[in-house]
Amino acid sequence: MDLDTGNNAWVLASSALVLFMTPGLAFFYGGMSRSKSVLNMLMMSFSSIGIVSILWVLYGYTLAFGVDQGGTGLIGNLDDLGLKAETTASVTAGLGNFAFIAFQMMFAVITLALISGAIADRMKFGSWVLFSILWITIVYFPVAHWVFAFGTPLAKGGVGGNGAAAAYTKGTGGWIVSRLGALDFAGGTAVHINAGAAALALILVLGKRKGFGREAMRPHNLPLVMIGTGILWFGWFGFNAGSALAANGVAGLAFVNTQVATAAGLIAWIGTERLRDGHATTLGAASGAVAGLVAITPACGAVTPMGAIAVGLIAGGLCALAVTLKNRLGYDDALDVVGVHLVGGLAGTLSIGLLASDTSTGSANLRGAFYGGGLSLLGKQAIAAGAVLAYSFVLTLVIALVVKAVMGLRVTEEQEVTGIDQTVHAETAYEFAAVGGGVSSFGAAPQSAPSPARVLP
Amino acid sequence: MRLVTAVLKPFKLEDVKSALESFGVHGMTVSEVQGHGRQRGHTEVYRGAEYTVSFVPKVKVEVLVDDADAGTIIDVIVKAAQTGSIGDGKVWSTPVDDVVRVRTGERGVEAL
Amino acid sequence: MRLVTAIVKPFKLDDVKTALEALGVQGMTVSEVQGHGRQRGHTEVYRGAEYTVSFVPKVRIEVLVDDADAGRLVDAIVAAASTGSIGDGKVWSTPVDDVVRVRTGERGPEAL
Repeated sequence: MDLDTGNNAWVLASSALVLFMTPGLAFFYGGMSRSKSVLNMLMMSFSSIGIVSILWVLYGYTLAFGVDQGGTGLIGNLDDLGLKAETTASVTAGLGNFAFIAFQMMFAVITLALISGAIADRMKFGSWVLFSILWITIVYFPVAHWVFAFGTPLAKGGVGGNGAAAAYTKGTGGWIVSRLGALDFAGGTAVHINAGAAALALILVLGKRKGFGREAMRPHNLPLVMIGTGILWFGWFGFNAGSALAANGVAGLAFVNTQVATAAGLIAWIGTERLRDGHATTLGAASGAVAGLVAITPACGAVTPMGAIAVGLIAGGLCALAVTLKNRLGYDDALDVVGVHLVGGLAGTLSIGLLASDTSTGSANLRGAFYGGGLSLLGKQAIAAGAVLAYSFVLTLVIALVVKAVMGLRVTEEQEVTGIDQTVHAETAYEFAAVGGGVSSFGAAPQSAPSPARVLP
Repeated sequence: MRLVTAVLKPFKLEDVKSALESFGVHGMTVSEVQGHGRQRGHTEVYRGAEYTVSFVPKVKVEVLVDDADAGTIIDVIVKAAQTGSIGDGKVWSTPVDDVVRVRTGERGVEAL
Repeated sequence: MRLVTAIVKPFKLDDVKTALEALGVQGMTVSEVQGHGRQRGHTEVYRGAEYTVSFVPKVRIEVLVDDADAGRLVDAIVAAASTGSIGDGKVWSTPVDDVVRVRTGERGPEAL
C-alpha cells in the first residue's frame, strides 16, 4: 500500500506530542517531589529520553517490531539492528516506517520514565542508568512486541487502530494482540501496568525513604505539577489518538474518549477527596486527570464516549482510594506510580471487558459484557493484564537485585536527608541566595515545613 | 542592657509591632522559625493518611532594651500576642554585656 | 533558667530532637541559618570551575531549661549531633532572667 500522507502526518505529529509527555511527566513528578530532590526526579525522566532513544534505534525497534521469532509471539528478530533495513521508501500498511519507529520510540521512553516517580529521593543515579538499560531491554522491548506488534499486513488491509490488528494476518505478531486478541489500543498494559508493576518491584528492593509514614512529604511546587499535568494531557492526545495509526474516525473517537475520561477522572478524584479528607486539592485534580488518562489509554478505541466517562469516573475514584494502600501496607511508592498507573491501568484494561462496544471496535466479536458480548473478552483482558503484570514484576525484581549486587541501589542516609540534588548532582534547584543579598554564591532552598492543609481538632 | 526575645504566632506580629512602637520601642529584628511547646505540634491529613507535624511556623522578635524596661516590655509583648489558645509562645530576657551601633560606633546604653 | 542554643548539621535535626524528647524536653524553636567554623566552608566545582562556598546551611535549635538541667542537655545534644567530621557545629548556654508563657501569663520556672 502506498504511503498515505494524511496518516503519516498525523503519526509524526503524534510522535512529537508523545515525546512532550516525558518532560511533562518530569514536571508533574518534579513538582510533587521535595525541593531538595526535584532535580534528581527531572534527571531520571530526561536521562530516559537520552538512553532509550539511542537503544531504540540500536536494537529496541527490531526486538519489538521485527518479524516474530519462531512464531512464538514473544520477541522480534534482529534483522533491523540499527534500523539498517529502513529507507525513506519503507512503508507498512500505508504508514512510513520511520514515522512508526519514531512514534513507538516515544512510548518506550515514557514507560521507563514512569517508574522514576516511585523511587524519589533515594536511588543512586548511576544505578538508575544501569537499571534503565537492563529494564528497557529485558522487560519493555518484549512486552511491546506482545502488545503492539500486529504482525504481517494483509495484502489489501486497511490501517488504523484496532482495525489495524484486523488488517494483519492473525498469529504473526505479538501473542497478546495477534493470538490472544485482547484489546489494548494505546498501551494500558504495555505502558501503565508494566511500569506500575515494575515500580512496585523496584521499591520493594530499594526500601523506604527515611521518615516515610511519619513525615508528610508534600509537593514543593504545585504550580509545576499543574504545568506537567497540562502537558501530559495535551501530549496524551498523540499517545491515544495517534495509536489509531491513521487520521481517521477511530482517531477522532479516541480523541474524544481521552478528553472525557480525563475530565471524569479529575472530577471523581476531587469528589472522593472532598468526602474523605474535607478538601478538594489541586494535587487531587492533577492526579485524577492522570488516572483518567491512564485508564482510557487501553480503552479509547473500544468504548463509546459514555463508556469513556464511566471509565474515567471509576479510575478517578478507585485510584484516589488506592493511593492510601501504601501507608497501610508499608511500601514507599513516593509519587503514587503504583496507585495511579498500575491500578488505573488495570481498571482501564479490564473495563474493556465490560464496556467495549461494537460501534467503536467495529466488530461484533469485540463486545464487552454490558453490550451482549459475554465474558470472553473480559477473560482475554484479564489474561493480558495478568501476564504483563507478572512478567514485569518478577523480572524487575531480578534486575533490581542484580543492580543492587553489582553497584548498590541507594544513596547514604546523610545524602538522602541532606538532599540528593546537592549530593549526587552537585546542584540545587532554587538559588535564593538567602544570605548576603546574593553576594555569597550559596543559597539553597529553605526547607521549611509547609502549613497544614487541615488541622484535626 | 537586655535582649528580650519572643517566639510568637506569625499572625500576631503586626499587633506586637504596633504595641512595641506605641511603647516607644522602634528597633527590632524579626525572623521566621519553627517550634513547638508541650503540645508537640498537631495531626494533619494528607492524601488520606494521618501525619504528626511537630514543628509549627513561628515568628521570633528580638529587641535590645534598658534593664529597667525589660520587665515592662515583656508584659507589653505578652499582652499583644496573647490569644489564649495553644501555641501562643514564650517571651524571655537575657543579659547583654556590650552593644554597638554600627553606623556611628556608639557603645552601651546610647546604642540601644 | 538558661537558654541552650545549638547549631548543628541539618540532617542531624531528627536525632537531636529524639534525644531531647527522651530527656523530657517538650518545647524547642528551630530555625535555618548558614554559617561556618574554622574551616571556612568548602570548595565546589560548577561547570568546570572552582568556587569557594563560605556559608553552609545549618539548623539552630533553642531550648529554655532549668539551670540544673542545662549541662545534661548540652551533653545530650552534642552526643546526638556529633558525626566526627568538619561542620558538626557548636552548643552553648546563656543565662535567662525572665520567662513568660504567653498563653497563660505564667512567669519564671513554671513557664519553662
